Amino acid sequence: MIDTHLPALVVVLPLLGGLLAVFAGRGVLPWLWATLVASATFAATIALLMKVQAEGVVTYAMGGWQAPWGIEYRVDALSATVLVVVAAISCVTTFYARLSVAKEIPKDRHNFFYSLWLLCQAGLLGITITGDAFNIYVMLEISSLTVYGLIALGGNNDRRAFTAAINYLVIGSIGASFILIAIGYLYMMTGTLNIADMSAKLTEFYFKDEQLYGTKNATIYVAFAFLMVGLGIKMALFPLHTWLPNAYTYAPSAVTALLAATATKVGIYMTIRFYFTIFGVQFSFGQIPNRVILMACACFAIILGSVIAIRQTQFKKTLAYSSVAQIGYIVLGFSLLNVSGIAGSIVHIVNHAMIKGGLFMAVGAVAYRTRVTSLDALSGLGKRMPLTMAAFTAGGLSLIGFPLTAGFVSKWYLVTGALESGLWPLAIVVLIGSILALIYVWRMIELIYFAEPREDAPTREAPWSLLLPTWVLIGASIYFGIDATLTGGLAESAARMLLGNP
Amino acid sequence: MNDIAPIIALAIPALGAILVALFGRFPNAREIISLGVAGALFTQVLRIYELLRVGFPLEYTAFEVMPGLPLTFRVESLGMTYALIASGLWIITTLYAIGYVRKNKESNQTRFFVCFSLAISASMGIAFAGDLFTLFIFYEVLTLSTFPLVTHKGTEDAKRGGRTYLGILVGTSICLLLFGVMWTWATTGTLEFRSGGVFKEALADGRVSIPVYGAIFFLMIYGTGKAALMPVHRWLPAAMVAPTPVSALLHAVAVVKAGVFTVTKVVVYIFGPATLMETGQAKWLPYMAGTTILIASGIALFQDNLKRRLAYSTISQLSYVILGAALLVPLSIRAALIHIAAHAFGKITLFFAAGSIYTATHKTNISQLDGIGKRMPITMGAFAIGTVSMIGLPPTAGFISKWYLVQGAWQVEHYFAVGVILLSSLLNAAYFLPIVYRAFFNPLADADRAPSGGRLAGEAPWPMVVALSITAAGTVALFVWPNPFLELAADLIR
Repeated sequence: MIDTHLPALVVVLPLLGGLLAVFAGRGVLPWLWATLVASATFAATIALLMKVQAEGVVTYAMGGWQAPWGIEYRVDALSATVLVVVAAISCVTTFYARLSVAKEIPKDRHNFFYSLWLLCQAGLLGITITGDAFNIYVMLEISSLTVYGLIALGGNNDRRAFTAAINYLVIGSIGASFILIAIGYLYMMTGTLNIADMSAKLTEFYFKDEQLYGTKNATIYVAFAFLMVGLGIKMALFPLHTWLPNAYTYAPSAVTALLAATATKVGIYMTIRFYFTIFGVQFSFGQIPNRVILMACACFAIILGSVIAIRQTQFKKTLAYSSVAQIGYIVLGFSLLNVSGIAGSIVHIVNHAMIKGGLFMAVGAVAYRTRVTSLDALSGLGKRMPLTMAAFTAGGLSLIGFPLTAGFVSKWYLVTGALESGLWPLAIVVLIGSILALIYVWRMIELIYFAEPREDAPTREAPWSLLLPTWVLIGASIYFGIDATLTGGLAESAARMLLGNP
Repeated sequence: MNDIAPIIALAIPALGAILVALFGRFPNAREIISLGVAGALFTQVLRIYELLRVGFPLEYTAFEVMPGLPLTFRVESLGMTYALIASGLWIITTLYAIGYVRKNKESNQTRFFVCFSLAISASMGIAFAGDLFTLFIFYEVLTLSTFPLVTHKGTEDAKRGGRTYLGILVGTSICLLLFGVMWTWATTGTLEFRSGGVFKEALADGRVSIPVYGAIFFLMIYGTGKAALMPVHRWLPAAMVAPTPVSALLHAVAVVKAGVFTVTKVVVYIFGPATLMETGQAKWLPYMAGTTILIASGIALFQDNLKRRLAYSTISQLSYVILGAALLVPLSIRAALIHIAAHAFGKITLFFAAGSIYTATHKTNISQLDGIGKRMPITMGAFAIGTVSMIGLPPTAGFISKWYLVQGAWQVEHYFAVGVILLSSLLNAAYFLPIVYRAFFNPLADADRAPSGGRLAGEAPWPMVVALSITAAGTVALFVWPNPFLELAADLIR
């Protein structure tokens, strides 16, 4: 019974949970409720992943309305992987949120915070699981609107959070409306909103049109252009990344960890779905010089993102710009259009979620103790907060891509992918990105272990309820660096599926 | 048990690191553990050596790191040499280090011994790696585990040195070596060490063009920053800010030998000497190695800081090994293997002596060493033996390797190489012998004379003196009894 409704549960649990959280009152109750819901959702996604691995693609007709008329939920290797990542990170960050939220957000708003928090997760999971193009937009709006609110809640700490939230609201809404326009155009041309159906119609329609009339269908091209920009904003691909650094920097610590680990990843997932599943490789990369554009943006993201990260004086901003660079890696991977490259993208979606989530939690623990976010607040913390800083160091090494860390696995796939396509300059860009990461990570590590602590430096280790979730993610990133057969295997099978040769 | 012998060799120092960390608060117990672990490791390496000699196939596949990329281990004679040297000298260095850190009251002694053990564990991984992927992983672990040792003092100088150390070693290994490794993987589909190399078929059926083959070769040679081929040598002098036991074992033996070992290993087992010879893609390397030998010797001439002079001497000696590998004939490749062993004994003696001088007198510069031989006769006697080995004169180990190297160069009529070897021997004499002369024949500086009636402090603590006597004796012993290494060298390439 539960088994057949698993796909629905994944979204319904956090959606209803989020609405109910408002009534949980004050104190620790909203957090307890959120943890419960997030854990249940995580369990559901794990069950779903196991089901997909055993049975192949799982579909579910919402409310019993069959596809292509009703909303279809469709889970394959790729979406199952992303679902597990999002739900796992949500679960861990929810656990982390208790102390950090108690400190950063006024007490009378905790129920609203956890309500938004769960709704945001519902939106992100919904985008990933749905097989319906319009439903993607609905879920996208749910996740975006809640994120704007969550970021603005950081305003209690630092009023710049408000401008960051407004900024993201404006840019994000433009992106979302572009995506809506594109979906509208596609609906206009194909008469369906179901992704599988739309994809089939689109291919047929597009190629027939060209054969019959020798002209190209402008509407589809316009839809594609709107999508490119809209998706670029949502996944913060350079040069459309401008909303990201401030949003990450001024949001409450727990929100930053959640956003950095999941929101942009889901944006990338959406992009992959639209490019590969809906339009198809032939159209997305054959008819339009999309590949070159994506590669160029990705390379600029890697190099410029890292260079700007080096120049930052606040540790959260350094990590935020590092995220811009990491998104570059992921986009570069799937634009290579071979199995290794796409697998590299997917592996990095997973790995970077663990790494950046862990890193933002570690610096969140520092912020919990000091409230100072400038880079030199890290000075001498190697002695004061050894466990937190050990986690930070391990995460940093992973960001650089040291062997036996998750980051290395991602880079291995990406570079091999580039070399298999004969595009060795791209391989060089990836490796230079590692060196730039070494510079910005090592600046922080030197401060942590060699500098003298500041006067206002914390004197105690972070509380265990912040340490434990940090180490869960960092530990996972180390584990998946030593034994990447699970993540690598999943990513490779998803990559083969996307390229249409399972 | 026998097939996982290399894994045990790897695990012993790693477990040792954990034990040392646990017993960190009890210095005596910690030091006994350190020595015991070093002894256990050497015993294990000797056992592997015995197994190798009876022809036991020492191959082991651990687990897959990524789909299709397992960690594999395979023992062969080159790795055996490196493992024997590194583990054997580790015992002696541990003895030496105990004397050194106690007398100099170094801080964070536990961290020091933990990182040291980890570095040795990584060295064993490099020595016994069965494929390039495994080797690369341990290569990076070695860099990372030695970083806290280089910056041990925590001063501004140490920080700067550490930055150069890490910047160059990680920079070259990620940008060049890793690139070369991945390019090999992407084009040949294997990273396994095979005699004759892995490129032969790929070149034959056109998967790899000759320029790409040459480019990968270039990437791997310069990517192995630890081999200190100019211009990627700067990290080695920078690493001299480390305490002397670190400079002695790591920056004269384990780390730098890991570099030249990697170069030799890829020449023999990845690129294949015959293939390199046919395609002519390694023609540039003897010239670069020769230039490095001469320039580094030239710079060494003008260094007053004793450890810096030794560092530049190491850079020049490392390029002997590279030169041997680059000449591509069996004789010279064997010379490369023998020189890995010969240089290790000589140079560690020199560093031990430098550390003893520092410990006993706090002198770091050569100009301060007038008459030091009278105060520290054993130390400076050992130093003299090390010097002779560096120059390559009998009765020391340096002579044997140089003999093979000249023969190899002569065989291929590479007169540039012959000239370089002869000229650099003269340069070696020019920058080492004055130190010996100064120590024994110059009068003691006034400031150093004992106050009337007082007794002058003599040698460093006994563990250090014992350690450097052993290595000096080893330098001579290797001349008298070089057979184990000659046999290993003969096994390396027929």
